[in-house]
Amino acid sequence: MTGLPMIWGLGLAAILFVLGLLGVLVRRNILFMLVSLEVMLNAAGLAFVVAGARWGDADGQVMFLIILTVAAAEVAVGLALALQLFRRTGSVDADAAMRLRG
Amino acid sequence: MTAAFLIAAAVAVLTTALALTRSNAVHALLYLVVSLLAVAVVFFLYGAPLAAALEIIVYAGAIIVLFVFVVIMLNLGPEATEQERRWLQPDIWVGPSLLAAVLLVELAVLLTDGSAAAAGVVGPAGTRAVEARAVGIRLFGPYLLAVELASFLLLAGLVGAWHLGRRPWQGSPAREEEGEAP
Repeated sequence: MTGLPMIWGLGLAAILFVLGLLGVLVRRNILFMLVSLEVMLNAAGLAFVVAGARWGDADGQVMFLIILTVAAAEVAVGLALALQLFRRTGSVDADAAMRLRG
Repeated sequence: MTAAFLIAAAVAVLTTALALTRSNAVHALLYLVVSLLAVAVVFFLYGAPLAAALEIIVYAGAIIVLFVFVVIMLNLGPEATEQERRWLQPDIWVGPSLLAAVLLVELAVLLTDGSAAAAGVVGPAGTRAVEARAVGIRLFGPYLLAVELASFLLLAGLVGAWHLGRRPWQGSPAREEEGEAP
């Protein structure tokens, strides 16, 4: 472990996660909702890395790599969905998806 | 090192809050890049240099560029040129630049200061950084199955993004809807 207390890093992760959660709840622009999801995933990765550093173990960074993969796949599919939403409804407002019909 | 953590954490929280409250997507992405760089500094301070490097390469490099591409594709309106003119004003980019400069100064201090090398590769007694070598051995040893699953996930993401992102076919119902969209 390094000299930094673990609780600081976990606190930073919690703050970032809450910020991302608020972003998802407050913003209606689907691009900003995706950005908020990225912030939340990043905060989760930060928590894993900090906890791994606490025990001097590599598992935290392994989990961070997997979270990174999930984030990359999620943002690729999410942005493709945002593009389709924009093409079909002409806006990036998440509520515009109500006008979709099967 | 405590001060370095506090500065990086403050920059991270501030830029994240600013990013999520911007009305312009590109301004938000500028702040988000600085936020990710600050989190990378925090990773470095916690003795995870591989995670810090990947945070910059994959998050700030690849994912943000994806966002920028999509914003470019969505922003083909008539107000694009007016927006371009407004982006050249310094008050748009001076905020992210200043915060990034704070991180740069902090990183320079950390790299030159001998005692702060505790965060990096060579730590003093009692500290131990988890290096890329250890992560790689763990990743391709007990976690080999997870690596394969991650490759499956990336392939699924690739196929899904291609399928969702292509233009609708000629004469398909989606085409007509596109025509009558406002």
